[in-house]
Amino acid sequence: MGSYYDGQQSGPFAGGDGDPFSAGRAAGSAGLTGRPPGFMGLQSSSFADFLGSHSPGLLPSRTVPGLGTDGGSGQAIRDLPHATTIVAAVCEHGVVMAGDRRATLGSMIAKRDVEKVFRSDEFSAMGYAGTGSVGIEFVRLFQVELEHYEKMEGRSLSLEGKANRLAWMVRGNLGAAMQGLVVVPLFVGYDEEADRGRIFSYDVAGGPYEEHRFYSIGSGSLFARGALKKLYVDDMPAGDAALACVQALYDAADDDSATGGPDMTRRIFPVIATVTADGFRKLSEAESEDYAQQVVQGRMAAPDGPTAPLRNGQPPSGGHA
Amino acid sequence: MSMPFYVSPEQAMRDKADYARKGIARGRSCVALQYAGGILMVAPNPSSALHKISEIYDRIAFAAVGRYNEYENLRKAGVTYADITGYQFARHDVTARGIANWYAQTLGTIFTESNKPFEVEIVVAEVGEQPSGDQIYRITFDGSVTDEPGFVAFGGQADQVSAQLKERYSDGMSLAEAFGAALSALSVPGNGDSKEVVASQLEVAILDRARDHRTFRRIRTARLDELIGESRALTAPAGTAPAGTAPAGTAPSGSNAPADSGPPTGPGPSNSDRGSGLGDGTPPNPA
Repeated sequence: MGSYYDGQQSGPFAGGDGDPFSAGRAAGSAGLTGRPPGFMGLQSSSFADFLGSHSPGLLPSRTVPGLGTDGGSGQAIRDLPHATTIVAAVCEHGVVMAGDRRATLGSMIAKRDVEKVFRSDEFSAMGYAGTGSVGIEFVRLFQVELEHYEKMEGRSLSLEGKANRLAWMVRGNLGAAMQGLVVVPLFVGYDEEADRGRIFSYDVAGGPYEEHRFYSIGSGSLFARGALKKLYVDDMPAGDAALACVQALYDAADDDSATGGPDMTRRIFPVIATVTADGFRKLSEAESEDYAQQVVQGRMAAPDGPTAPLRNGQPPSGGHA
Repeated sequence: MSMPFYVSPEQAMRDKADYARKGIARGRSCVALQYAGGILMVAPNPSSALHKISEIYDRIAFAAVGRYNEYENLRKAGVTYADITGYQFARHDVTARGIANWYAQTLGTIFTESNKPFEVEIVVAEVGEQPSGDQIYRITFDGSVTDEPGFVAFGGQADQVSAQLKERYSDGMSLAEAFGAALSALSVPGNGDSKEVVASQLEVAILDRARDHRTFRRIRTARLDELIGESRALTAPAGTAPAGTAPAGTAPSGSNAPADSGPPTGPGPSNSDRGSGLGDGTPPNPA
């Protein structure tokens, strides 16, 4: 036998004197009538719920006392790095999501190589726009939330269940959002039952709003959505959808100073991910570079990019422009 | 008013331990062992929904025997422990050692403070980047924890199962070899009454060293049948090839057919294992 534990010492999560459950333990009734030691009695299928009852300080969704009541702290919030444009498009049997790489600090560029598109679980992905630090915490919490549910229940949440869960988390951030720590996610996933990709958008108060075909969020989203509207074709192959997304990001970067275009000199390209029946896949650097090169080469000849046919019924002009 | 009898602490602990041991001994043993590509866990389990083997974290798995409601509770607590540690710090800060310690403390507390101890035995295994980083911990109902390098058998008949596993175990086995060793160990006399190894009665899972992110993977249905076949093919030629004559073609199934004359340990790996042990000159059953 190795080391022997006499069981007298409390576990790391056994709680202190203020723990309402410790009374039950002291009475020696742990296994049957009282709460078992530590968090054995606190388990939940939702990690965020558990966190809220066990250590609420770890939740990202919390307001900062006194923040936003004077001009100085408001300025501090505005000076936090912000993430910008994310686009998503449903493709044949799946969905594609892409994000630019820029984070801004007011009118300055805070970072050129941030990643804002993440795997949330095997069959879904999320991106976010807004305050970078809060967004990162959101992504981390949501990833653990989905995995935790899967391990606790032995099955994955349905895609709608995941989208609703994310809405609840966004809603929980409303107080902080009112103080200026705004973060808005975009959620995409492969619906195994329906064999298709789906997109869900949110506002600061939650959601989800299901979007059809394509969507974009962030500062450059208007331009990106306008571009996607003209480029998108129903049931595009994943590769075409990825190219359309990169075109849309280029157009967003063209007109929005907070969105970064492909950085050919530093070799920083948009992050592209696909979610299909095969699961989540983030495209490799080389694949992203290839799409970015195609777009940039095309723009050398036609700076405004491919044009859509003026009259219905004509084939898309991208091929013969 | 009746006076309560005095029970010495030694007696109380002994009673609790006997009670827990009896509860655990009602179930069949399970095994966990290292193979070249990771860690394999095999449990006899007729249910495909009520698992004995589960994922705890990226590189960590959990296996248990005993009362389902009790170890399920512990499993969920372990997942919670792992998830909150990984969320609070970083994913690679979650270790099997930490989880094993937490289980040991929890079970120890329950054993000493509660009237009824948990009737469970737990194994926590972690697959490392290299085989040298693999870890297997066994935690018993009273909170004792042992570090088991290479392989472990746990549950009611752990000693017999472990002895058989020790014979077959070697470092760097392939998955099929390790699976064959596990099957032969689980079918030693005394570990349940099932003579037949069928996929529907087994729960098999691996921690796959080669996989990124979450390494835990269940092996079921077609893949499990395939693995049973592979492990038999590995060991069968040693026992059946010496027959060399016309009936040899039917030897693998033929050796199973006269069940009353065969060893009482079930088919396949254990049969042929004994066959090879008998030496080359004796075909299994010429009749």
